[in-house]
Amino acid sequence: MTETLLEIDHLSVDYETGRGDLKALRDITFNVNKGEIVGIVGESGCGKSTLISSILRLTAPNTRFREGEIRFKGQDLLQASDRQMRDLRGADISIVFQDPMQTHNPVLTIGQQMLDIQHRSKQSKADKLAHAAKMLGAVGIPDPEARLKQYPHEFSGGMRQRIAIAMALMSEPDLLIADEPTTALDATLEVQIIERLQELQREFHCAILFISHHLGVIAELCDRVVVMYAGAVVESGEVREIFHDPKHPYTRRLIECDPGHIKERARVLPTIPGEVPDLANLPGGCIFRDRCDQAMARCATDVPPLDQLKEGHHAACWLNHEEVTT
Amino acid sequence: MNLLNVVDLKTSYGPVNVLAGVSFFVEPGETYALVGESGSGKTTVIRAIAGLAPAQDGSVTFEGQEIRGAPESVMRPLRKDMAMMFQDPVGSLSPRLTIRSLITEPYRIQGMKDRDLDAEAKRLLGMVNLPAHFADRYPYQLSGGQARRVGVARALALEPKLILADEPTAGLDVSVQGELLNLLNDLRERLGLAMVIITHNLSVVRHVADRMGIMYLGRLVEEGTTEAIFHDPRHPYTRCLLSANPEPDPDARLDRIALKGEPPSLLKRPSGCEFRERCPFAKDICTQTPEWEVNGGHGLRCLAPLS
Repeated sequence: MTETLLEIDHLSVDYETGRGDLKALRDITFNVNKGEIVGIVGESGCGKSTLISSILRLTAPNTRFREGEIRFKGQDLLQASDRQMRDLRGADISIVFQDPMQTHNPVLTIGQQMLDIQHRSKQSKADKLAHAAKMLGAVGIPDPEARLKQYPHEFSGGMRQRIAIAMALMSEPDLLIADEPTTALDATLEVQIIERLQELQREFHCAILFISHHLGVIAELCDRVVVMYAGAVVESGEVREIFHDPKHPYTRRLIECDPGHIKERARVLPTIPGEVPDLANLPGGCIFRDRCDQAMARCATDVPPLDQLKEGHHAACWLNHEEVTT
Repeated sequence: MNLLNVVDLKTSYGPVNVLAGVSFFVEPGETYALVGESGSGKTTVIRAIAGLAPAQDGSVTFEGQEIRGAPESVMRPLRKDMAMMFQDPVGSLSPRLTIRSLITEPYRIQGMKDRDLDAEAKRLLGMVNLPAHFADRYPYQLSGGQARRVGVARALALEPKLILADEPTAGLDVSVQGELLNLLNDLRERLGLAMVIITHNLSVVRHVADRMGIMYLGRLVEEGTTEAIFHDPRHPYTRCLLSANPEPDPDARLDRIALKGEPPSLLKRPSGCEFRERCPFAKDICTQTPEWEVNGGHGLRCLAPLS
C-alpha cells in the first residue's frame, strides 16, 4: 500500500573549492512515500539546502555528484536530461522557498504570475484565471478574484507565503518541497501555515518534504523525520520514535536544547558545545564525536553505519552496537 | 528609582499611528520582554527610546533624565549607558572593518583615547567566549552565531546599564540560541545589566525575562511577571500567542486557540477593542473601548478577560 515516490540512495555530493573538495553530502539514504510528510531537521551547514537543490538539479556549477542515485517514481534524476528535468520541475515536483518577500516578481501582478506558471496548460486564459482564483481561495486568501489584480507588495508576508504555496500546488504535484517555509514568519502565522499545509496535503494527496530547524513544527506536521548533521543522516524514523526514543546523541541533544521543551525557567539552558567539523577536511570516525559526551575509543577510528534498529528506525551510532553485542 | 520610564509614548509616520501610547518601566538589573506579532510596534518602541525613531508625544526618562526628542548632543554621551543590539547580526556589522575595529568603535566614538584598544578587544572577545585571534577577522568570516556574539561584545564595550536587544536569537540554530541566552543571563548577573528584549519567540522569553508586555497595534494589551503571563494569561490575544507555540513533542495535546487572520491595517484601526475582530472570545461589550487597568502589578486592556 505504501508506494515509494522519492528514493535517495547512497547519495554523495561534493563542492569543488580552492581548498579542496567540500564533502557537502555523504552517503545519504532515505525514502519519501506517496502522500507522506517527511521532515528534514538539522542545523546550519548540515546539507539541507544542498539536498534540495540536488533533488531539483538546481545546483551550483562547482557541484559534483560523486555517488548514488536520486530516484523519483523510479527514474534516476541524476541521469535525466535537462529537458526531462524542466518538465518535472513545477509539474511533478514543486518547491516553496524560505523567504516569502523574495519569492514573487515585484513588477507583475499575482494573477499574471499565476497565469505564467500554467504555461503548460491548454486551457483558455479565463479558465486559468479561474483556477488561480480557486487556488488562492484554497489557501485562505479572501476575495481571490480581486486579489489577482494586485502586486506582491500589497500582501503581507504570511499572505505571500500562502500565495507561494498556492502556486506550488497549482499543477497538483506529487512532491512538494518546503524549504523552511515558516522561518521568516511570526509564530501565529507559522501555525496558520502548518495547519493549511496539513489540510492541503489531505486535499491534494501530495507528499511533502519539509525542511526545518524548528523541532516543534516538525513534531506537529511530519509523519517521519530525517535528522542530518554535517552532511550525513545520523538518524531517521517515525516522528514519535525520534522524539520519544532518540537513538543518536545528536538527536537527543537537539531535542534537549529546544527551549520549547523546557517548561520551567532555567538558569542555564542546555547547549551543544563545539563546532561542526570542517567539511573540506573531515576527521576520521564518527563526525559527531568531538561534541558527543558519550564518545568511545571506537568513535575516533570507525565511521558508524546507519543501522536499522527496528522497523523504520535507523541511527548511525556505535552506542547502539554496544547495546546489541552486550 | 526606575532605570527607564516610558510613559504614553506615541509615534506616527504621517497618518500611520505606529505607537498609540506605550507605557512601561525597567528597574536596574531587570529584564523586560516586549512580545507581539510583526507590525505591533515592538521595534519602534526601542528605536524611539534610543532616539533612532521619532516620538511625537509622551515621555522617556533614563535615570530620571527626559530624553524623548533629545538632540544628538544629549543622546551621544547617554549611549554609553544604553546600548543597542540590532536584529540582523551580520548586517549590523560594517563589512569593511575588522572585528577589533568593530568592537572598539564605541571607545573611539565616545572619545576615550586613553584606552588600550587591543587589550579591550581581547577582553571583550573573551567575555563573549570568542578566541582572541577573531580580532583580525572580518564579518563575512563569521557564522551567524559568532556575528551575534560580536554584536553582544560591541554592546557591552562601554559597560552600559541598559541593553536594548531586538530579536537577539532570530535566525540562530537551537544549540547556539541556548548559548547566547546563557551568555546574556550570565552577563546580567555579573554586570547587573538591565535589558529590554524584543522577540516573538515565547519559549525564549520564559527563560530570560522577569516581566513582559504584550503589544498589539502599537499598544500594550497585557503586562505582568513572566510567570503570571505564562500561567494565567488574562487577555485573549496573549492566550492565542501562547497557544501558537509549536511543541517539540508529537503527542503534545494542543488546545490551540486559532487566531483568525492577520492584524488589521494601522490605517483602519477597528472601533472598540482593536482585537475584537480576531478574538475568539469577543463579546457584545467589546464594541466599547477598553481602558488600561492595573491590578496588583498585572496590567490589562480587555473588557472580557479570561479567568
